[in-house]
Amino acid sequence: MDYFIELFCSGLTRGAIYALIALGYTMVYGIIGLINFAHGEIYMIGAFTSFIVATVLSIYGFPLAAIVVVTGISAAIWSSAYGYTVEKIAYKPLRNAPRLTPLISAIGMSILLQNYVLLAQTSDFLPFPELIPEFAFMEPVAHIIGSSDLVILVTTAISMLLLTLFIKFTRLGKAMRATAQDKTMALLVGINVDRVISATFIVGSLLAAIGGLLIASHIGQINFAIGFIAGIKAFTAAVLGGIGSIPGAVLGSLILGLTESFATGYVSSDYEDVFAFSLLVLILILKPAGLLGRAGTGKV
Amino acid sequence: MAVPVPERFKRAAMVTMISIKDVKRSLLVSLWFVFLSFPIMVIQVNPVERTVVWRWSNMLYMGIASLLLSFLVRIWLLRQERRLAQKQLSSSPQPSILHLLLKQQKFRYPLIIGGSVIVLAFPLIFSSYQANIMTTALMYIVLGLGLNIVVGLAGLLDLGYVAFYAVGAYSYALFNLHFDLGFWPALPLGGLLAALFGVLLGFPVLRLRGDYLAIVTLGFGEIIRLILENWNAFSKGPSGISNIPRPGFFGVEMSLDQAMTFMYYLMLVLLAGTIFVVNRLQDSRLGRAWVALREDETACQAMGIDKAQTKLIAFALGAFWAGLIGVIFAAKTTFVNPASFTFMESAIILSIVVLGGMGSITGIIFGALILILLPEYLRPLSEYRMLAFGAILVAMMIFKPEGLIAGSRRVYRFQAQKIQPMLKNNE
Repeated sequence: MDYFIELFCSGLTRGAIYALIALGYTMVYGIIGLINFAHGEIYMIGAFTSFIVATVLSIYGFPLAAIVVVTGISAAIWSSAYGYTVEKIAYKPLRNAPRLTPLISAIGMSILLQNYVLLAQTSDFLPFPELIPEFAFMEPVAHIIGSSDLVILVTTAISMLLLTLFIKFTRLGKAMRATAQDKTMALLVGINVDRVISATFIVGSLLAAIGGLLIASHIGQINFAIGFIAGIKAFTAAVLGGIGSIPGAVLGSLILGLTESFATGYVSSDYEDVFAFSLLVLILILKPAGLLGRAGTGKV
Repeated sequence: MAVPVPERFKRAAMVTMISIKDVKRSLLVSLWFVFLSFPIMVIQVNPVERTVVWRWSNMLYMGIASLLLSFLVRIWLLRQERRLAQKQLSSSPQPSILHLLLKQQKFRYPLIIGGSVIVLAFPLIFSSYQANIMTTALMYIVLGLGLNIVVGLAGLLDLGYVAFYAVGAYSYALFNLHFDLGFWPALPLGGLLAALFGVLLGFPVLRLRGDYLAIVTLGFGEIIRLILENWNAFSKGPSGISNIPRPGFFGVEMSLDQAMTFMYYLMLVLLAGTIFVVNRLQDSRLGRAWVALREDETACQAMGIDKAQTKLIAFALGAFWAGLIGVIFAAKTTFVNPASFTFMESAIILSIVVLGGMGSITGIIFGALILILLPEYLRPLSEYRMLAFGAILVAMMIFKPEGLIAGSRRVYRFQAQKIQPMLKNNE
C-alpha cells in the first residue's frame, strides 16, 4: 500500500510540473490556435537561468532564502522575456499565414533555442544546487513523499489559483477570454489584440519558468535537451484535457503524470515515454477534442 | 510609364530613408537582445569547481550582431513596402534566376547536359571521400522528395518521417541477421514494410487536422525509436546491429572504394527513378487530388475525392521512399543503431523540403545539396549547423515561405494577342 501511495504522490508531482508547462500551450492555442513548439525550450531556459543565477549566488556565499527569491525572480523575468521575443520574431509576422507556416517557424525556433543554449553553455548534464531544504515536519512521511514534492504541489496549487483569479477577474484576463472567443469581435470592442497575445505568451512563459525551477531542483540536474521531451509531454497533457481549456490542461496533466508513474512503477521504467506517447495517440484517435474540450465544427 | 532613371533615384532615396528614429529603434532592439542573452551568453559557471567565468566579449558580439540584423530587417521591410506600392495588383511571384535560366531553350540543354556529365563522372574526378559525401547528399534528396509527397503535395505535416527510414534500415539489418537475406531482396521489402507502417500510422490519424497530425506523427517517430532502443531482444538495443553486408553486384568482388563508387551509382539510379515517378505523380489525377486536399479538405471532398484513400496513399508512398533509403543507409554504413533516427533527422529532412520549396523537385535537390554539403565543407562551423537549421526554418517562413525555388502550379494562360482584339470588340 505504501508503494501505491508513493507512486501516487510522485505521479501527482509529475502531473503538477506538466500542468505548469501545459497551461502555456493551452492558453496560446486558445488564443491564436498555434502549437507553440518552442514552449518547451522556454521552460528549459527558465531552468537554465535559475541554474546559472542560483550557482553564481551560492558561489558568492549568499544565504539560501535570498538565493531562492532572486533565482525565482530572474527565472521568471528571463523566461517571459524569451517568450515575448519568440512571439514577436517567429509568430507575429505570420499571423495571417497558412496554418503550417507558423508551426514550421515554431519548430525552427525550438531547434534554434536548444542549440543556442548548447553552444553558449554546454552539452553536459549540470548538477543543480539544492534550493529546497528537507523540512523537519516531513520526517514521518519522508519515505512516501519528499519535501520537494510537497513544495512542488503547493507552489503549483498557488499558481493555479492565482491564474484562475487573473483570468476570471482582471481586465487583462477578461480581454484574453474575449480574444480567445473571437479575435475580430475583440478588436471591434477596442481590445488591443496584439498586446493580449503578448501578455498570453508572457504569462505562459512565467508558469513554464516556475515549472523549470521546480523540476530542476527536484531532479537535481539539467541539460539543454530537457525542454523537448517535457514540452511534448505537456502538450500531450494539454490535448488530453482538451486543448484551449485551462482546467482541462490541469486535469490532463494529472492523469498523464499518474499514468506514467504507475506504468513505470508496475510495468517497466524503460517505456515511460512510450506510455505517454501511446496515451496521446489513443486520445487523439478516440476523442480528438480531449476530455474537457469542445468539439469544433469547421465552417465552409 | 516609369522612366528608369528616376526609378533608380527613388530606390536610392528609399535606402537612405532610414531615419534617426529607425536607428534609435535598432539600438533598442540590440539592447534588448543584450539583456535577453545576458545570463546564458555571458555567465558560465562550473558547479563542480565552483568558479564563475564572465564572458563580457560575448555581450559585445551579441549587441553588434543584433544591431546589424535589425538594420537588415528594417531595410528589407522598406524595400518590401516599396515593392508593394509599385505593383499593387499583380500578385504572381517573380520567378527565380534559375527558373528563368531553365526556361530558356538556349541555356536549358547545355545546363542539363553539363550537369549530368559532372554528376555521372563525379566518383572518377573526385576522391572516394567526396563521392561518399555526395552519396549521402543523394540519399537526402530522395528522402526530401519522399517527404515532399506527404508535406509538400498533400499538406500533411509529418514530423515522424524518420520512423519509416528506421523501419527500412532495421528491416534490412534484422532480415539479414536472422534469415541471411541479401541487399537486393531486402530493398523492396524494406520499402514495402515502411509503406505498411505508413498506412498503419495513416489509419488512426485520418481524422486529424494539420497541427494535431504533426504531434501524433512526432509521437509515432519517438515511439519507434524508443522501442528500438529498449527492446533488446528484438533490436539489440542502443548498441545496434553491425556487420551488415554492402550490396553485391552479380557476385563481383569489390574493394571498399569500388563498393562506395557502386553505391554512388546505385543512388544515382534510384534518384533518377524517384524524380521520374514524383514528376509523373505531380500532374496525375492523384497528384492533383493531393494538392486539392492540401488547399481545402472540405471542398476537396465535395469534389468527389476519397479523402481517406488519398491521404493513405500519400503516407504509404512517402514512407516507401524512406524505407528504400533506410535499407541503403544500413548497407552503406554497415551498422544501424537507434541514435541515427532521432527527431533531429526528421527536422533536417523537413528543412530540406521547406528550404528548397515545398512541392518543387528542383528546389528540393538544391535544398538537400545546400543543407548536406555545406556543413561537410564548413567543418569548423559544423557545430553551428543545427543552430543555422533553426534560424533558416524561421527566416524562410517569415521572408520567403515558398522556398528557394517555388513549386510552380500549372496554369492555363490565355494568349494575350488573342484576347486583346476580343476585348476591343467588346468595348
